[in-house]
Amino acid sequence: MAVDLDSCTGCGACVTACHAENNISTVGAEQAAIGRAKHWIRVERYWEGDFPDVRLKFRPVMCQQCDAAPCEPVCPTYASHHTEEGLNAQVYNRCIGTRYCANACPYNVRFFDFFNPSWDKPLHLQLNPDVSLREVGVMEKCTFCVQRIKSAKTQAQAEDRELKDGEIQPACVQSCPPKALVFGDLNDPESQVSRLSRSTRGSTLLEDIGTRPKVNYLARQTQL
Amino acid sequence: MTSAAPHQRLRDDLLRPLLETSWRFYLLVGVLGVFVLAGLVAWATQMWFGFGISGIRWPVYWGFFVTNFVFWIGISHAGTLISAILRLVNAGWRRPVTRCAEVITAFSLVIGAMFPLIHLGRPWLAFWLAPYPSERLLWPNFRSPLVWDFFAINTYLTGSVLFLFLPMIPDFAAVRDRSSGLRRRVYRVLALGWRGTPKQWHRLEAAMSIMAVAIVPVAVSVHTIVSFDFSMAPVPMWQSTIFGPYFVAGAIFSGIAGLIIAMAALRKFLHLEDYLHPVHFQNLGKLMLVMALLWGYFVFNERLVTYYGNGPSEMAVFWRTQRESFAPLYWTMVTCNFVLPLVILGITRFRTITGCVIASFGVVVGMWLERFLIIVPSLGHKYLPYSYGTYRPQPVEIIITVATFAAMCLLYVLFAKFVPIISIWEMRAVQHPSPALIPPATAEHPLGETHA
Repeated sequence: MAVDLDSCTGCGACVTACHAENNISTVGAEQAAIGRAKHWIRVERYWEGDFPDVRLKFRPVMCQQCDAAPCEPVCPTYASHHTEEGLNAQVYNRCIGTRYCANACPYNVRFFDFFNPSWDKPLHLQLNPDVSLREVGVMEKCTFCVQRIKSAKTQAQAEDRELKDGEIQPACVQSCPPKALVFGDLNDPESQVSRLSRSTRGSTLLEDIGTRPKVNYLARQTQL
Repeated sequence: MTSAAPHQRLRDDLLRPLLETSWRFYLLVGVLGVFVLAGLVAWATQMWFGFGISGIRWPVYWGFFVTNFVFWIGISHAGTLISAILRLVNAGWRRPVTRCAEVITAFSLVIGAMFPLIHLGRPWLAFWLAPYPSERLLWPNFRSPLVWDFFAINTYLTGSVLFLFLPMIPDFAAVRDRSSGLRRRVYRVLALGWRGTPKQWHRLEAAMSIMAVAIVPVAVSVHTIVSFDFSMAPVPMWQSTIFGPYFVAGAIFSGIAGLIIAMAALRKFLHLEDYLHPVHFQNLGKLMLVMALLWGYFVFNERLVTYYGNGPSEMAVFWRTQRESFAPLYWTMVTCNFVLPLVILGITRFRTITGCVIASFGVVVGMWLERFLIIVPSLGHKYLPYSYGTYRPQPVEIIITVATFAAMCLLYVLFAKFVPIISIWEMRAVQHPSPALIPPATAEHPLGETHA
């Protein structure tokens, strides 16, 4: 995935879309206030400078799907593991809730289910049948909408054709109004995401930790 | 004085707690039992309502429970390690100390090992940590430090229980020979048919020598592996190469403190003044002084290297503990772990039993804070400032923490009620076929010296 920080307006549509797509339970205002909201993708806001010379920066942060993910080796039960496609999968049914993966994650993009899932009405009527619910005591995180990846692949297979670039769109990508988020196959050098990732503006988040993330951030050129 | 008299007195003194029970015992057990029960209720409540009733939150996912885990595994280094080393060097003054130390190990390991279960999101699935042949052919992840913990703690627990049990066999036989009825039947089973033949003594000595040698590397490795839980994760101030020895030194340090407190309580309440002498406390106090200096060195080292390296994420945690929100706890820790022991134990005049106990309480508090300050400030300040957070313990965590201290006391009190807390046969060597194996008593500790 590539994120063009120049285009991001910090609108938060990706956060909302992610909640809707992935059956992320709403925890209520009180729990959210003490830091138990589960935003698989969040828009980080950083202010630079002193008032009135303030610059506001946005950075959408989701699971970086690292190639050398610190969350994977620490899981005692393989609930957190690497798939053949290179995704960091989280097997909810295998998770026993040591929360070690979340501690090891430098990006803090893993979330613990402190209670059984519940939704503020009427959100409970719009659950996605393609995504499993998580019970109390397990970790959950961004999957790059693995259910959409799987269904697009199955569709392409049924129609006996190759996947087209841009055919798979995670919920955040689909809902991003300025198209700041781009998703695709990094193994295909011609895909849009590969071209963007090769851009001189590109860098990965917290590169020096050596996690080799698969999300590329394109640096801001204009100023808000 | 005839040679039989001191034996008689020894046996009477050391078996008295087993054979006579006062109302104070029941009261103490009752009070401690209530605390333990409260802890169990708190844990059940947490499982029933969900982990959300505890204080952990994004991004501080470990709090009191993991602090307690590391703390109690640390306390467990009191016993087996110290007593094994004293056995190996055949130190004369060790004889009345070894068993009370080994018991601490066994019980604090049991308590410590409960915390990984208590802190699990789904504790009913904890058996997935064990490598058993499942129908889905799934194994635990052997790369995970938590799985290493599982094996290390199980090994250490098995070893410590054996190490505790072996020298108890002749004493179980002594109780068996002095009692009747149900008590006699129970101790007959526990004594495993001990008759005190030279062959049995020989085998006991051989087994204990093997265990004493084997347990030392196990004990050192256990806390190193516990430290790996932290140093293997890319978290500021966790990723440190000194964590292994730092944790082991801290563990032995807090273990000695726990041992001194337990010995002082036994001496006072079981009237063992003739057996536990000031010299024992002074010797352990000197050992604790050494560990305090070692601990101080490690903390200085950890802080200096971080400061010199000046990494931005490390420095955020560094200042948070050094002079911001965690500073009061940090400086309390330094006072309790370094200043207090140095003053009390470093000055001969203060190194009395009372002085040692005061220093030990300080060290117990300080070492608990040390574990807390390693875990929470780092997790709350990981790299991206947007995701900084903090942690507030909730009643359920506080109750369970208090309950574990009560559980430790309760198990200890019950143990001292059912097993002679000072090894009788090691105090009187006369039955032993080769008395040379029993170290000579020191000048300060003449009682039990019968094999002149």
